[in-house]
Amino acid sequence: MISALRTLGYRTVMLLEHLGHMAAFVGQIGLNALRRPFRFGRLVMEIFDVGVLSLAIVCLSGATVGAVLGLQGYNTLTRFGAEGSLGAVVGLTLVRELGPVFTALLVTGRAGSAMAAEIASMVTTEQLDGLRMMSIDPVDFVVTPKALAMLIVMPMLNVLFILFAFFGGYVIGVELLGVDGGTYVTSLEDAITFEDDVAGTLLKSVVFGLLVGLIATYRGYTAEPTSAGVSAATTGTVVTASVTILIFDYVITALWGV
Amino acid sequence: MRPRLRKSGKKPIVATMRAAPGKRRSVSEVDRIQLEGIHLAFGTRPVYRALDCRFPRGQISVLMGGSGAGKSTLLRLMAGLIRPDQGRIVIAGEDITTLSERDLFRVRERIGMLFQGGALLDAMTVFDNVALPLREHSKLSEADIRAEVERRLAAVGLPDTGGLMPRELSGGMLRRAALARAIVTDPEIVLCDEPFSGLDPLNVRRIEALLIELNRRLGLTLIVTSHHLPSSLRMASQLVFLIDGGAVVGTPQELLASEDTRVREFLEAETAGMPGFQAVPEVAS
Amino acid sequence: MQRSPTRDLTVGLFVAAGLAAIGYLSIQVGGLSYKGSGGLELYAVFDEIGGLKERAPVAVAGVTVGQVTGIGLDDMLRARVVLELDADLELPVDTSASIRTSGVLGDQFVSLEPGGEEELLVSGEEIVFTESALSLERLIGKFVHDSGLEDD
Repeated sequence: MISALRTLGYRTVMLLEHLGHMAAFVGQIGLNALRRPFRFGRLVMEIFDVGVLSLAIVCLSGATVGAVLGLQGYNTLTRFGAEGSLGAVVGLTLVRELGPVFTALLVTGRAGSAMAAEIASMVTTEQLDGLRMMSIDPVDFVVTPKALAMLIVMPMLNVLFILFAFFGGYVIGVELLGVDGGTYVTSLEDAITFEDDVAGTLLKSVVFGLLVGLIATYRGYTAEPTSAGVSAATTGTVVTASVTILIFDYVITALWGV
Repeated sequence: MRPRLRKSGKKPIVATMRAAPGKRRSVSEVDRIQLEGIHLAFGTRPVYRALDCRFPRGQISVLMGGSGAGKSTLLRLMAGLIRPDQGRIVIAGEDITTLSERDLFRVRERIGMLFQGGALLDAMTVFDNVALPLREHSKLSEADIRAEVERRLAAVGLPDTGGLMPRELSGGMLRRAALARAIVTDPEIVLCDEPFSGLDPLNVRRIEALLIELNRRLGLTLIVTSHHLPSSLRMASQLVFLIDGGAVVGTPQELLASEDTRVREFLEAETAGMPGFQAVPEVAS
Repeated sequence: MQRSPTRDLTVGLFVAAGLAAIGYLSIQVGGLSYKGSGGLELYAVFDEIGGLKERAPVAVAGVTVGQVTGIGLDDMLRARVVLELDADLELPVDTSASIRTSGVLGDQFVSLEPGGEEELLVSGEEIVFTESALSLERLIGKFVHDSGLEDD
């Protein structure tokens, strides 16, 4: 009984220490982002790695998800004779939920895990220590550009996903299932407003981008310097980031609706 | 990356052997790095207990000892990458154990480090790697930086390799490129972690010659960790044996003549049974 | 720093495309356009506003000239609607405001019909002539009543 309490106390202290460590890490990134040197060149490189290389999967998934939505939406709406609202259904679902969440999960899997793995292997091969010896702060040089890139890229990928999904829904609904093209577009545009929907999606994707960027870099930075450590960092990133995204999705949705 | 702080409960074993009276230190020598009373443990495993050690300026010191004895760890302590549980580390008059990371960056401008795997950034070319400290910290123009980098690469025998990526270099070349990076800012002290490991004898000789020349020409204080007995005996003005959490210090001649059984065991392990070779003179028992 | 001009270009294109996409979604699809010049604030009191919401458009002859920026109740428990309109809009004091529906089942908006007076409305003044929203139930009730289908 006593030992159980002791373990609990120990675990709590460890958790708090962990959280404190994470908070310090996040604070460091924030400071470095605002301080010179701004490392624009490295930021560009990271945007390439995170954004440009994720384009293919995001756009392809977007079109596919849009197509599925078109199909499912149509099947349900015909029961009420409301196929004309297909555009609205597809559009709202994508903009409010599927766009930001799907994009974030896809990017986590592709770029988030790569980011964690890269940093973790730099720990293993002592490259980060090498930087320290050259009086260069690894957080400033390696971590901050990566985290910033993720933050910048996520909203863009989100919107590209959404647009490709609109298109996927259009192709299925209009070309395949006979919904009128004009009706699709009009109901979509009418249903989506900037203040209610688009602003929300941008907010979500910015928040998700921040979360994934911080989680991936933290996991990589604090990885054990072994190959098992690299692997743990990578899988840990995907798991932690995915769960956190879904939790924050709920929180933002609930607060936004208020 | 700091090791969990748990004090080892064992009684300290002080095991330093001062220089025997025969060899006098010259009066002008100043110790560049001093370690005093170092205690360090990784979890429950003690690494050092009350370690005392001095590294004279402008000399080549070699750290030796069995695997796990803590050679690389000592280097990392001196580089400020790890902090000891207890003790002081004084570099050029400053105790680095009390410094913040910011201040450590300042101290490290005088120290270069050659890591075992080179630790070059694998996403950049060799040239960019060697140029990095200059680009970050000096105000030199790109043309001047180019000149400095090429000079260093030539000095380590890699004159035309700037455009290659680190993964395209052989082990020996990688070490030399990393050495070029370590010296590009003209540090006073260079720490080398196992520069000879995994290299064929010719490359070992090459790097050894390089280090000796750097020491001679530039007056660098070199601290090298090594398993490699022949090079160590050739290069070092001071050998530091890390055994049982403490250090046994002396010149190569002194240690070869040492009566400390642990030292003898180590030396003999290297050379015993080799035909026609006797590194360690027999001591009449 | 493995900077190559091609890579930089690609990143530039990516960022441009991303920003353009965000802009498209916000403006074209989301209707962000109207934050116009604003400046002219008027209010109108209605008996019934139906489904009129804040940020609903205000139009003259079908052209959007502003937004509904506030809906509340006045002292006599009637609906008081605040309108934010283009500053350069010239509306006579006898302008009337009515609540219309766009299409048959669409959203409600405020339509302004300019009057004939010379004097113009100034920011803060009231549009006096208002026509409340038509509700479907009332319409049917009226129809039933007028056509005498009710039992006496």
